[in-house]
Amino acid sequence: MSEITYKVPTMAEMAANNETPEVLFWVGCAGSFDDRYKKVTVAFVKILNKAGVKFAVLGTEESCTGDPARRAGNEFTFQMLAMSNIQVLDMYGVKKIVTACPHCFNTLKNEYPELGGNYDVLHHSEYLQQLINEGRVRIEGGETFKGRKITFHDSCYLGRANGIYEAPRHVLEALDADLVEMKRCKTKGLCCGAGGGQMFKEPEPGKKDINIERIEEAIETGATTIAVACPFCMVMMTDGVKNKEKEDTVKVFDLAELIAQAEGL
Amino acid sequence: MAIIQQIIFLAVLGTVGGLVFKRASLIRNTILLGRDEDRTDQPGLRFATMARIAFGQKKMFDRPLIGVMHFVVYAGFLLINMEVLEIVLDGILGQHRLFAPFLGSFYTFLIGFFEFLAVGVLITCSIFLLRRAVVKVERLQPSRHREMNGWPELDGKIILLFEIVLMVAILTMNAADTVLQEMGSTHYTPTGNFAFSQFLKPLFAGWNETSLIIYERFAWWFHILGIFTFAVYVTYSKHLHIALAFLNTYFSRLTPKGEMNNMPDITKEVKIMLGLTTPDATTGAENAIPERFGARDVPDLSWKNLMDAYSCTECGRCTSACPANLTGKNLSPRKIMMDTRDRLEDIGRIMQANDGKFVDDGKNLMGDYISNEEILACTTCNACVQECPILINPLDIILQLRRYKVMDEAQAPGSWNAMFQNLDTNQAPWKFSPGDRFNWADNLKNGS
Repeated sequence: MSEITYKVPTMAEMAANNETPEVLFWVGCAGSFDDRYKKVTVAFVKILNKAGVKFAVLGTEESCTGDPARRAGNEFTFQMLAMSNIQVLDMYGVKKIVTACPHCFNTLKNEYPELGGNYDVLHHSEYLQQLINEGRVRIEGGETFKGRKITFHDSCYLGRANGIYEAPRHVLEALDADLVEMKRCKTKGLCCGAGGGQMFKEPEPGKKDINIERIEEAIETGATTIAVACPFCMVMMTDGVKNKEKEDTVKVFDLAELIAQAEGL
Repeated sequence: MAIIQQIIFLAVLGTVGGLVFKRASLIRNTILLGRDEDRTDQPGLRFATMARIAFGQKKMFDRPLIGVMHFVVYAGFLLINMEVLEIVLDGILGQHRLFAPFLGSFYTFLIGFFEFLAVGVLITCSIFLLRRAVVKVERLQPSRHREMNGWPELDGKIILLFEIVLMVAILTMNAADTVLQEMGSTHYTPTGNFAFSQFLKPLFAGWNETSLIIYERFAWWFHILGIFTFAVYVTYSKHLHIALAFLNTYFSRLTPKGEMNNMPDITKEVKIMLGLTTPDATTGAENAIPERFGARDVPDLSWKNLMDAYSCTECGRCTSACPANLTGKNLSPRKIMMDTRDRLEDIGRIMQANDGKFVDDGKNLMGDYISNEEILACTTCNACVQECPILINPLDIILQLRRYKVMDEAQAPGSWNAMFQNLDTNQAPWKFSPGDRFNWADNLKNGS
């Protein structure tokens, strides 16, 4: 597949060529800097390329949406970041945004409007579902998932926060895998433990770490693949698998990675 | 004799009415201590939400068996109260079964239906009591949840006992009544046997008319005084949800759960700092920095947060779904709601002692009732919000308390301060150079 050349145009390049992208891919901090999640970013970009989506990224002009600051109680830092992001987005006349991070998604979609930033924001699970439905993404040419047991871990900021439960499951169904649910799923889904700023501090004293509680439930399903749709969940679930010494038998992948694998990208 | 009963009845009714009114006013006044927040938009949707969640109890049916049992008690409470209307009118007018002559056989059917509900309430409340005391449902146990220690645990049991005793009174009263009717006792309007109480009649076999009248009158007074006592008791109890659940669902949030409320004061500041607007010297008041960021005490919270606190019936569904609580952290969303109400009740007492004015007692919700460790344990996962059957939002309170700790007291954990610093300087929560943000694409662009 090395003959495919992938393009990652920036908004600045597009603007210079007087072009407007179909959609802006908001990469997010984890997608830009976290070694594990960079693979998700790359997988998603490959899918967009193959599907012929005219997209662009902000590149170095992107900043954190401010979500971790806001959840940790620091409204000043949040609003400073949000306002400057809105300035950049509005400068390029961005209308539609897709992101692979539910925290970025929630903030851009629900919290930027009050600060003057109004965009049509989609999570990549919704976007992938659309591409699959429209036939722009076809699950062929790569790994087969037939008979593979996959369980989906709902992220709080996608599920309860925004009521998105079906889109990620539809994406997984397209893989023709054996989708199994954990006991606590959808509205009852258990948090991975990283939201609300917990990602950036040690947990408070307790009996157990939340991600361990969750990974035990995931392993109980007998799934060999844990599908996630959030960079924080990815870290927490991966750490959980390591803690249980199951790295050889249980893998954690983002939805985009699974689709890319199935497409042979 | 009859006139004395009427006078006593009126006196009791007046006293109870006064007490309930006084308590309701105090509760209203403490709720109004809260910050303004507009929750009057979209009345249609609000009304529909109330109809579905409070009236229809939709979320209670997430656990179908409990949902059905709770519905029996709820329907019993609502419908049996129609009979209380007759009882109150009888008491005022010195009549007995005032409605019976007008309704004829339908009256007998109606009372039979109420008896059917009364038996349902009796059985259900007994099961609920057993769940608390014998089965020991985890979320209701003080041994596992410290906020349930003492009064809250007792309160839960008292209410159930209350309802059981009231139902026994109403059923035996009806049985004694029908026995008296069969004797042809003058005051007892003939209605015929009622659906359930007829089976209790053997209890009164061999009783003479006087003893029966004494028992019937005792049960009648016991029942109605019980209901009056209950009406006052409810205002002090977790059981207040029977009234506030309706208002609370009507005024609930209609925005996505993930959305945090904006702080417009800060927006103004930030716009000035970014040069998007200039401070307007002519309207100094508008540019004033608010006296406090976030919430330290209940008056800093919104009135809706405070109504939430009074509406909470301490069922603990929130806490039993909370990932922090499940893994042994100190946070319990139910305790957040109970602490908020405790603080409001304390302030209410201060207001009563000072002609309705709140005099500072040197205490605050944050610190004296809720600890920093508790609010720091929250993952903002919204499980508590999702679980509440009457749309209470503990997370909203937690986040406002966090804002106070972090912005007003500048007491964030060290690693959060490091994260803030990274965000302020490199626009990412980790220590990476902003110039490297696009490096992830290097390999891709090079064609590999």
